[in-house]
Amino acid sequence: MKKSWLSRCYVGLVMFFLYVPIIVLIVYSFNENKSRGVWTGFSLKWYRELFHNEIILQSLSNTLIVAVISAILATLLGTAAAIGIFSMGRKARSLAMNITYFPIINPEIVMGVSLMLLFAMCGISLGYLTLIIAHVTFCTPYVILNVMPKLRQMDNHIYEAALDLGCSPMQAFYKVIIPEIMPGILSGLMMSFTYSLDDFIISYFVSSSTSQTLPITIYSMTRRKVSPEINALSAIIFVVVLVILIAVNVYGARQEKQQQKRYL
Amino acid sequence: MKRFVSLVLAAAACFSLLCLPVSADGLDLDESYYSRFRGKDISINVYNWGEYISDGSDDTLDVNAAFEEATGITVNYSTFATNEELYAKLKSGGADFDIVIPSDYMISRMIQEEMLLPLNLENIPALANIDPRYLNADYDPDGAYSVPYTWGTVGIIYNTTMVDEVVDSWEILWDEKYTNNVLMFSNPRDAFGITLKKLGYSLNTTDELELRVAAEELKIQKPIVQAYVMDEIFDKMQGGEAALAPYYAGDALTMMDVNPDLAFATPKEGTNIFYDAMCIPSSCQQKEAAEMYINFMCEAEVAAANIEYIGYSTPNAAAYALLDEETQTNPISYPDEELKENMEAYIALPEETNLLLDTLWTEILTTDDQFLTWMMPVLLVAGCVASVVKIAARKRRRAREMADY
Repeated sequence: MKKSWLSRCYVGLVMFFLYVPIIVLIVYSFNENKSRGVWTGFSLKWYRELFHNEIILQSLSNTLIVAVISAILATLLGTAAAIGIFSMGRKARSLAMNITYFPIINPEIVMGVSLMLLFAMCGISLGYLTLIIAHVTFCTPYVILNVMPKLRQMDNHIYEAALDLGCSPMQAFYKVIIPEIMPGILSGLMMSFTYSLDDFIISYFVSSSTSQTLPITIYSMTRRKVSPEINALSAIIFVVVLVILIAVNVYGARQEKQQQKRYL
Repeated sequence: MKRFVSLVLAAAACFSLLCLPVSADGLDLDESYYSRFRGKDISINVYNWGEYISDGSDDTLDVNAAFEEATGITVNYSTFATNEELYAKLKSGGADFDIVIPSDYMISRMIQEEMLLPLNLENIPALANIDPRYLNADYDPDGAYSVPYTWGTVGIIYNTTMVDEVVDSWEILWDEKYTNNVLMFSNPRDAFGITLKKLGYSLNTTDELELRVAAEELKIQKPIVQAYVMDEIFDKMQGGEAALAPYYAGDALTMMDVNPDLAFATPKEGTNIFYDAMCIPSSCQQKEAAEMYINFMCEAEVAAANIEYIGYSTPNAAAYALLDEETQTNPISYPDEELKENMEAYIALPEETNLLLDTLWTEILTTDDQFLTWMMPVLLVAGCVASVVKIAARKRRRAREMADY
């Protein structure tokens, strides 16, 4: 099928708006001076300084620790919840699903403030713990919403067949249900990780002096000037994500090919 | 797979090489004073502005690391962007900061609300380094709660290729010649401060009439203003996208480094002089260790390293003596005493004045955007009508379907 120039232009325009900001950011991470608008020469200075900047590195490691822990916890909790909700009656299920939607629709700022008030009321001092609790809270619904469709797609007869063939319910759960819904669990995990990584508003309210995350550190630079080290860091993150994506896609494509060969 | 692992290991090795600690040698410190807490596993939480401390980049002194090395106290360092943010964090009660570095007006507000602890000045011997002119300022008249960290002034930064005349007055920001070439502060306190000074009033005025006159003046200025911005001023001025902008002297120096066409002027009507000072909030758990940190920040070499990194002016006489001559005599950083006579620091305003400022500021920003006032109700009504029509249509269809059965 031949594509008209109009549709090509449209796709080009969309790509342009999506990627030009990132390209500009990466280009200016190699700029010699501190400006975001004036190019004075090529240099790797900001990359070198990034690895010396204790404040940025500390908040990056805080962000990663919180993201990994809360993504795993949210995935465990969300998967269990999804399976539970799935086996509820019709009325209870729709009620539970509506409650699930609530944190997603709820403005983040409301959630941030209410969590902060809750922690203050319970006398929990802000820190890693509160940050992780908050992140698990807003990530869990995304896991439920990712796992739910997989459960619906699953043929319930497979589970019954496993029982017929001598599996205990526990064995059937691990050997049949979990592998069937695995893609949903994985995408829930990835989504939780991403949302936790770039959350600003909620973290802003529940973090403390020892657990400042990267987005908050970047925001706090706005009084003076956002340092180009952040450009360098963003460029590194972009490249890492790109490499992972390409690797996953290549791996997936290769596996598909192998599978096709086997069938032939 | 093996190759991948070795690649990762190689990358990690490079990373750790890059992270070699910068040593904090060359500091002449009183060992007996700073070793008091060694081995006691104490940590303090410091809350400072972003990019507001010498951090070891470009072979400068890494202040926090040097403090940890000298005292054995761990520093948990975090950063904020506005005074209001700091205030909210402290007020919410969940924060556990030992040292905060707010600006003048916020310090006076926090003193009023008893959010700060009085300092034990005996624990801060290096206070002797601070120039007495900067102690006991209006925001903390007894000097009991704060030790000044930096100060600076607000002035006009302008592009000499676009502005031919002598810049020495706030009037030029109202000059129609520069329509669409003027930038203006986007926070009400600074914007009103400039205008009040231009009109010859105090920038801490609580007189409603004076504030309303200033608001009218800002409305007159609005058609000339290209944008209301804060740190975007850096990019716009460096890139030559605007001719004139009010901004902080220290940041003007940074911009002039990048774009040599820029220049800075301190207006003759007077301006705002601001202080950022170190305080101990009432949430502090380790008061003596916190005072030790404040003392460390007052050491001549440390204060000089910080001021070289930040680019603002120092209240620390011993640190000033260590700066190079070019900086010492720079009229942008250290203006004449004569000019300083007209300068005023902000103090905390009463609640009703703050409210009035906010209302007037919103009024100024929305003067042209009149459509907003009727747009919202119209959209709301349209939305209601649409949903009523939709519900009615659905009901009618359902009734018809029922009838068909």
